[in-house]
Amino acid sequence: MIGFIVKRFINYAILSAIATLSAYVLASLILNPAGRYLGRNPRPSDETINAILNGLGVNPHTPVVERLWTWLVNLVTHGSLGDTIHNTSVISEMTARAGTSLRLLILGTIIAAIVGVVIGVWGAVRQYKFSDQAISYASFTVLATPSFVLGILLMIVATFVNSTLGIQLINFTGEYTAGLDGGWWVHFWDRAAHLLLPTISLALMGAAGYSRYQRSAMLDVLSADYIRTARSKGRTRGSALVRHGVRVALIPMSTYFAYSFATVLAGAAVTELVFSWHGMGEMLVQAITQSDINAFTGAILFNAILVLIAGTLSDVVYAALDPRVRV
Amino acid sequence: MTDSTRQTNEATRHTHARGKRGDTPPDTAGHLLEVRNLSVTFPQPGGAVTAVRGVNYHVDKGEFLGIVGESGSGKSVSSLAVMGLLPSSAQVGGDILFEGRSLLGRSDRELSRLRGEGISIIFQDPLSALTPVYTIGTQIAEALQLHDKKLSKLAANGRAVELLKVVGIPNPERRAQAFPHEFSGGMRQRAMIAIAIANNPRLIIADEPTTALDVTIQAQILEVLQKAKDLTGAAVVLITHDLGVVAGNADRIAVMYAGRIVETGTVEEVFRAPSMPYTIGLLRSMPSLATAGHTRLVPLEGRPPQLANLGPGCPFAPRCPVAVDACLITEPPLTPIAGNELNAAACLRVGEIASGALNRAKLYPVPEPVALEERAKVAPASVLGVDGLVRHFPLTRGTVFKHTIGTVRAVDGVSFDLKSGQTLGLVGESGCGKSTTIMEILELARPQAGRITVNGRDVAAMGGKERRGLRRDIQVVFQDPMASLDPRLPIQDIVAEPLTVHGVPAKERLTKVREVLELVGLDPSMASRYPHEFSGGQRQRIGIARALVTDPKILVLDEPVSALDVSIQAGVINLLEDLQEKLGLSYLFVAHDLAVVRQIADTVAVMYLGRIVECGPSEDIFDNPRHPYTLALLSAVPVPDPALERSRRRIILEGELPSPTEDISGCNFRARCPLYQLIDAEGQEKCRTLDPARRQVAGSSVACHHAEHLDLMTDHHAPKTLRSGG
Amino acid sequence: MSMIEEMPIADTSAGTQDVIRSAKPVSRFRLVLSRLRSTPRFWVGIVGLGAIILWAVFGLVPNAWNATDLDVYNMGSSPTALHWFGTSDIGEDIYAQTIVGLRKSLVIGLLVGPLAAIVAGIVGAVAGYLGGWWDRVIIWFIDLLLVLPSLFLFILLSPIFKSLSWVALIFLLAGFGWMIMARVIRAQTMSLRERDFIKAARFMGVDTWTIIRRHVLPNVSSLLIIDATLGVGGAILSETTLSFFGFGIQAPDVSLGTLLSAGQGAAATRPWLFVFPAAILVFTVLSASLVGDALRDAVDPTSGVNRD
Repeated sequence: MIGFIVKRFINYAILSAIATLSAYVLASLILNPAGRYLGRNPRPSDETINAILNGLGVNPHTPVVERLWTWLVNLVTHGSLGDTIHNTSVISEMTARAGTSLRLLILGTIIAAIVGVVIGVWGAVRQYKFSDQAISYASFTVLATPSFVLGILLMIVATFVNSTLGIQLINFTGEYTAGLDGGWWVHFWDRAAHLLLPTISLALMGAAGYSRYQRSAMLDVLSADYIRTARSKGRTRGSALVRHGVRVALIPMSTYFAYSFATVLAGAAVTELVFSWHGMGEMLVQAITQSDINAFTGAILFNAILVLIAGTLSDVVYAALDPRVRV
Repeated sequence: MTDSTRQTNEATRHTHARGKRGDTPPDTAGHLLEVRNLSVTFPQPGGAVTAVRGVNYHVDKGEFLGIVGESGSGKSVSSLAVMGLLPSSAQVGGDILFEGRSLLGRSDRELSRLRGEGISIIFQDPLSALTPVYTIGTQIAEALQLHDKKLSKLAANGRAVELLKVVGIPNPERRAQAFPHEFSGGMRQRAMIAIAIANNPRLIIADEPTTALDVTIQAQILEVLQKAKDLTGAAVVLITHDLGVVAGNADRIAVMYAGRIVETGTVEEVFRAPSMPYTIGLLRSMPSLATAGHTRLVPLEGRPPQLANLGPGCPFAPRCPVAVDACLITEPPLTPIAGNELNAAACLRVGEIASGALNRAKLYPVPEPVALEERAKVAPASVLGVDGLVRHFPLTRGTVFKHTIGTVRAVDGVSFDLKSGQTLGLVGESGCGKSTTIMEILELARPQAGRITVNGRDVAAMGGKERRGLRRDIQVVFQDPMASLDPRLPIQDIVAEPLTVHGVPAKERLTKVREVLELVGLDPSMASRYPHEFSGGQRQRIGIARALVTDPKILVLDEPVSALDVSIQAGVINLLEDLQEKLGLSYLFVAHDLAVVRQIADTVAVMYLGRIVECGPSEDIFDNPRHPYTLALLSAVPVPDPALERSRRRIILEGELPSPTEDISGCNFRARCPLYQLIDAEGQEKCRTLDPARRQVAGSSVACHHAEHLDLMTDHHAPKTLRSGG
Repeated sequence: MSMIEEMPIADTSAGTQDVIRSAKPVSRFRLVLSRLRSTPRFWVGIVGLGAIILWAVFGLVPNAWNATDLDVYNMGSSPTALHWFGTSDIGEDIYAQTIVGLRKSLVIGLLVGPLAAIVAGIVGAVAGYLGGWWDRVIIWFIDLLLVLPSLFLFILLSPIFKSLSWVALIFLLAGFGWMIMARVIRAQTMSLRERDFIKAARFMGVDTWTIIRRHVLPNVSSLLIIDATLGVGGAILSETTLSFFGFGIQAPDVSLGTLLSAGQGAAATRPWLFVFPAAILVFTVLSASLVGDALRDAVDPTSGVNRD
């Protein structure tokens, strides 16, 4: 079992590394960091621009392979991901933003997974009954809604709620209210109020996807012979489904979790942007619009590490759930 | 051996003690289970399907009832109805009484109290029937705790181990901790039986319990089932498609056809004097180990009706050779024969058949053999030679760094010779390497070791072009006729496919396709149809037609009839026999069904663990086996003849086929060999150290050091093996 | 499984005597069609999709305004009889703009879905059938793209595509939309490879590419059709998301994404600028995915059959 997880971990680690490196190469080929200085007034001299680009290690005149090598050496020897075009280190930029993104991601995924599994099982057990139909149509609708639309719609609803109640109950711009006075409790509450809509938005998207998948996994299990065996021993249908069915139907979910995680990351990035959070998603998009190769690679590395952790975690869960992979 | 017996006895006593404690409600109606006019209907998009149409039967305490029927006859559905395990959409009519109380209309909760405690069931496929994520022990303990809330977990686990011991699982303490995927098929089925008898039920329903298993394992399981029955005193309903299985075990049998019971009676009555033409036809069409090879099989033409659109009249009438006009108008009721309520048949002409006015033996016309002038002349020559063929697969372990930890010796030095115009039957249990052997041959590539020669040419020495040309001469027919035909192509394209490889022009292909379709008894006008429009037997004929389209010399037949219903098999076997005569084909016929092999093969090779342990003329192998494995294999095959079946004593092989990865010194059959137990110390030493090579003993070549002492086994275990003609 | 075996009708593909005699064979296609017809979800989806397409084609006919018209007398108007979906700050008719945007989004979706399915089919079948190194390399490539969210790649590649026409976006979306399905096709092909009819073809000497073309692809075609259908919705979603953030369709072209982007700022105060295009978008994607899901249920006879 440990061997299995180690193997999967190594697999993910290599994938993450290749993803990051190819992101660096791609970004170097596509983005034009010099363009930013060419448009300035007065236009800096070519030497100045070259000097700046060399300082960042992104001068297009240096071959990509050489720059990649320098970047790698820096990473390994100094643990540095280079500097952003604003001359801050990418690492410090990331540490400032990572917490924001992680809070949203972790809460959102956990809620999504739990809600998705529960309503998926419920839908499968009540197949074609009204509740199943309602859940199905609801999740199809959520899945048909782009995350930015979902976020904005939630904002419209929140504005309506706030104006109806006459107080600012739900906050939805930014991560916290700037310049707020009060103790930690006030701050905590403020952050929680800001967290509400983005989390709902992300969790809704996730739950809709998970519930469809869990429903079909559960439907496969419903007709399985061992459910019949469990009933033939003297279990009622309900108890057989819970004790034998759900337990087995969770196994494919653990794999699906790893596969869907990249989608969740993209969804989280969009959600951050919509709610004007200064998270990793914003960093990534800004890096591209500002042609910041180092910052972009840093953001991709962050995502790759998250995929690595999520993938390994799902394999641990998989091995724990399914005795057939334990060796 | 003796140790395990003692353990079993202890466990037996324990079970008995508990059995006495359990209180049995008073038996009011006299019958333990009574099914009255049961009907089951499944609503389907295309209209409702009535799978069971008015079934009546009863089972008394301690009785053994066999229900026999082909697929689609409604036998499993009716037993699931008894358990209350049908899908909720099923509409159940009639009544089911268990110990005098009706089971229909009861809630799931009420029924669940009865399931496992009063009635328990053993399902067909033991892999999918056990929950993959719980240990075997847990799943047995669960059955116990569900019906005895006071039972502690520890006590339940202890009982689970005892039960595993009862059903003959070695090392039960350790095996109780194992998961289903760590068990072999036979062991899982034993575990299923352990679950079924855990609460000493009064009725055990066994739904095709041995269908997925090999014959030697089937013999073991049937023995365990008998033992479980004796132990618990439960009545047993055994549902099967295999007449041989019920012949030796059941007291009474009921034959089902198209959702109804068409004949019922004691085993002797039904087998000796069948009165329903369907039963008669079924018995005639089955190759029996006792009679096969001497007479032509009598095919039961046609196929079972679709239950979705049954017309009026007897559903068997379209296939019945003695149907009269009245048969097409009304469906005959189950009519007692000679006033005996328990022996009845659903046929309008039952009186004539019972009185002998209609001769049972002449009911079905025996097909004529191929006329002498139509027979192809073949010069005796070796068309396919296999010498020392080896196919080993590396067994890798290690997830991070793969390394080889062993070798699967799938084929480990197989040699045989196929003569032109002859049939070589390659038999063995699953996992013995027979499929790998033929796949190796069909690849026509250089084997890992050994030599394959076709028409005297070594395939290893061939170039690509010559090899492609050779593929004309050697063609294959697969087991599952549905899987071997591409569902997306019309059959003319399927049959013509081998010709396209050899660049035959389209027009010529078409005439050839029509020709071979006619040859296998299909209407060439159906050539533009798709495979799913044909019945199983017809599809297998299409598969044979495809193999014949290149005018091959050799046909490799991989279990060509084992996926077919019994009544369909005979027609295909006869066809194969006729084609061989007419075209002078040579067959390499791979099968696990020994009766079928005896019917068709001239020479037989018995495989065990990648080796051929005995090879010789069919007559010698079947009448006078020389290897202990062949002897045991033959004795395990059930014969559809109750008298013969009861007088036979089975040689039950201990344990299961060892994993082919094990490197066994000496004889690899030693661990299971009954003869090894009986031989003296010196002889045993020889078996342990010396790998027996094949040598000529009487008519056949045998890989056993002690083939001459095989009498030891027959003296101890069974009377002489089967003699043809009884 | 014994239940299935016991009910011959469950094997609906098995022909009856009547079928064999009847002139018209019951094809798998007709079977799927009859199953589809009894699925309400299919009807909701196909009617919705049909209505959307008809609306996109003919919707401008009854409207007095074109997408490029500016009504300077009614700037920032709420929905009225004159401007059914209201107008923007500079007096653009939102109804007309929505239809024009919808056309673009539909064209993108309807092209990308099938295109991605074709790529998925070929790549998946090759990986699954050939196995070995082919398989490993392809799977690694697919996994890589799954680790790297395709949205980020789109954004990264957008500078290139901005300079090309919007048609380039179609190829971009198709180029990154095939991975998950390719894995499914690969798994399906691997099981097909073990099926006897493929083995039979191999033993007859049929060459590899013919087997893939003649036997593998037709047998995964139902999956590909489903994928193409589901891909329509997915492509529209990707396109709108990209355009929303300014990485996709560029002015002067209009798509639902650019429209939503324009309406975003006023979403809370003048919701018609946002809600109407958003509702149309959701409705379109929903209809396409309902059809895809109903197709999946109809093609796979075991899906949705709850034996208890």
